[in-house]
Amino acid sequence: MTEQLETPQDLECGLENAVLPYLRQDRIPHIWCPGCGIGTTVNCFCRALGDSGLDLDKVAIVSGIGCTGRTAGYLNLDSFHTTHGRAIPFATGLKLANPELKVVVYSGDGDLSAIGGNHLMHAARRNMDLMVVCVNNFTYGMTGGQVAPTTPIGPSQTTMPYGNFENPFNLPFLADACGAVYVARWTVYHVRQLAKAMREGLQKKGFVFIEALSPCPTLYSRRNRLGDGVDQVKYYKERSTIKNGADTKEVGLEFQGDIIVGKFVDRDRPTWLESMNSHYNKVLGDRFQTYGAPNGKD
Amino acid sequence: MEETLQADPKGVLTGVHFIDGDHAACEGALAAGCRFAAGYPITPSTEIVERFAARIPTVGGIFIQMEDELAASIAIQGAVWGGKKVMNVTSGPGLSLMMEHLGYAFMTETPCVWIDVQRGGPSTGLPTGPAQADMMQVKFGSHGDFEVIALTPNSPQECFDFTIRAFNLAETWRVPVFVMMDEVVGHMTERVDIPPASEIEVTERKWTRKRPGDYKIYGTTEQDPVPEMVKAGDGYRVHVTGLTHDERGYPNLTPGAQDRLVKRLVNKIRHNADKLVDIREDQVEGADVVVVSFGITSRVAMAAIDRARAKGVKVGSARLVITWPFPAARMREIARTAKAIVVPEMNMGQICREVELAVAGATRVVSLPHAGGTVHEVETILDAIMEAAR
Repeated sequence: MTEQLETPQDLECGLENAVLPYLRQDRIPHIWCPGCGIGTTVNCFCRALGDSGLDLDKVAIVSGIGCTGRTAGYLNLDSFHTTHGRAIPFATGLKLANPELKVVVYSGDGDLSAIGGNHLMHAARRNMDLMVVCVNNFTYGMTGGQVAPTTPIGPSQTTMPYGNFENPFNLPFLADACGAVYVARWTVYHVRQLAKAMREGLQKKGFVFIEALSPCPTLYSRRNRLGDGVDQVKYYKERSTIKNGADTKEVGLEFQGDIIVGKFVDRDRPTWLESMNSHYNKVLGDRFQTYGAPNGKD
Repeated sequence: MEETLQADPKGVLTGVHFIDGDHAACEGALAAGCRFAAGYPITPSTEIVERFAARIPTVGGIFIQMEDELAASIAIQGAVWGGKKVMNVTSGPGLSLMMEHLGYAFMTETPCVWIDVQRGGPSTGLPTGPAQADMMQVKFGSHGDFEVIALTPNSPQECFDFTIRAFNLAETWRVPVFVMMDEVVGHMTERVDIPPASEIEVTERKWTRKRPGDYKIYGTTEQDPVPEMVKAGDGYRVHVTGLTHDERGYPNLTPGAQDRLVKRLVNKIRHNADKLVDIREDQVEGADVVVVSFGITSRVAMAAIDRARAKGVKVGSARLVITWPFPAARMREIARTAKAIVVPEMNMGQICREVELAVAGATRVVSLPHAGGTVHEVETILDAIMEAAR
């Protein structure tokens, strides 16, 4: 067994861990609570990175603010922890400046769909070549459990103390309607499917949106007497139905209700950069040189 | 130290042009090597990005109109870490929206140029009328302590020249550098000479020569407080965060780390202010009255100064070319000999406060505020000079 160990840290831990090489080990332990699902999604992402065949020097990760927003800081990639809600426009600038990069946005539901909702819509509309991983725990974790645009009707949150009465976003439907070329939803129970979706997302060209449902035992679950992290994963297991190709209109979520998971959208259309290049080649002819050639030089 | 190169001829429109300040600023950016801009339309700055959008496809680079100013002001910073020189163009209301990202650029030491074509405020104010009322906003508008560099051109030629200088300063100091125009300078059309590329000096980004294992993203020394830079994709696997961080770029949320970081960032500019200040002086020595002005107001002031001199008054002019950092030491010297300092400006007394702070009662300081919408009347400044000289 020992011959297969890869790093001194493996030896110290006395175990072989396939995801360690993808993490900034000098940043561990992480800040996430026991039972939180974000770490599980990161585990899936690391495996997807390994399976993708991508040169990891050419993969960058961008996060916003929040619990999931800390993800960028733990991955051994070029990593950017930006401002609240603005991971997508930062990633847009990064990708367009250096098109040889694969740019991943990894953030939470509040960051991406509330304060950053406008950018999510427009990046999908433009088909910006970004993979967005949205860890949805139905709440604002970092600030102590406030209502989110994803909170289902019913559960209590600190700023909806008598239970939420606001209609939530159906995020896959939103991403689909705005033009994303790949839309999937999985839960942290579905680790193999989630890792596979992330690998497909890394290999897909265009705007990819992957929603990962994840427990927040410290705030959302405790406040609503849903048990610990394991209880939520059991709920995901019992009430999820896999429906690849499902109409995204039909995949909205209710409090502790049925969950439709799967790959909902997988289609192709030109990315923003492809559209720009083909348009300028057509209208400007020899005066224009294709931008972002494979060596990344303009 | 940073390297100085000649401008890339692809971006330089050598020749004599008759263009306005907005167009000239865009040509300055292209000459300086700006190859990425993200914009959001706002009067009276829009012509800068309109020209950039038209020019950049054949120069080689990207323009993208974003969904709002928040997006524009952070997309440019992503592009910096992708390796580009960038600019951010706006006017007052847009600048207000961009304030969080001004702090992010300062905290992460992301070199970038911000052009603010000032219009009357507050709020929507006077979209098509000039003002100089954002001077304090760029100095103090984002939360926390920070320092910027701000240049104040008074002609289309200076919009071209100072924009190049702004790009060079951004690379040298790794802070956001402002070109503080106003609606009049932005829309005034004059002769602009654009020299050959070989005569334009461009400061290269301070790229590291260290190898990934030896490189620390925010590694600095006592002698050189400006860290070396890399871009994403080069194998350095950097981490950049707006949180308080250490030399590795890793979050460190302790009072000690905060103290080290904020002091280094702020002192990078404060301790080097003497290298940065730039005042154009005319007959200040021996003057009874000195007019301190900047931007378009300096041209109106010059007309008043000429008329006062014709009446026999000893008047000097001190025009601020770099307004931030403020030339406080020079103001103190002027205050020792001048009977009065007159400060005309298109705001309700923003830079006058800085003058008062610097001279600390050593001489009389006369504020000449103007709420904006048009420039001062020459007579108003002349009357103030005559009154101060008495």
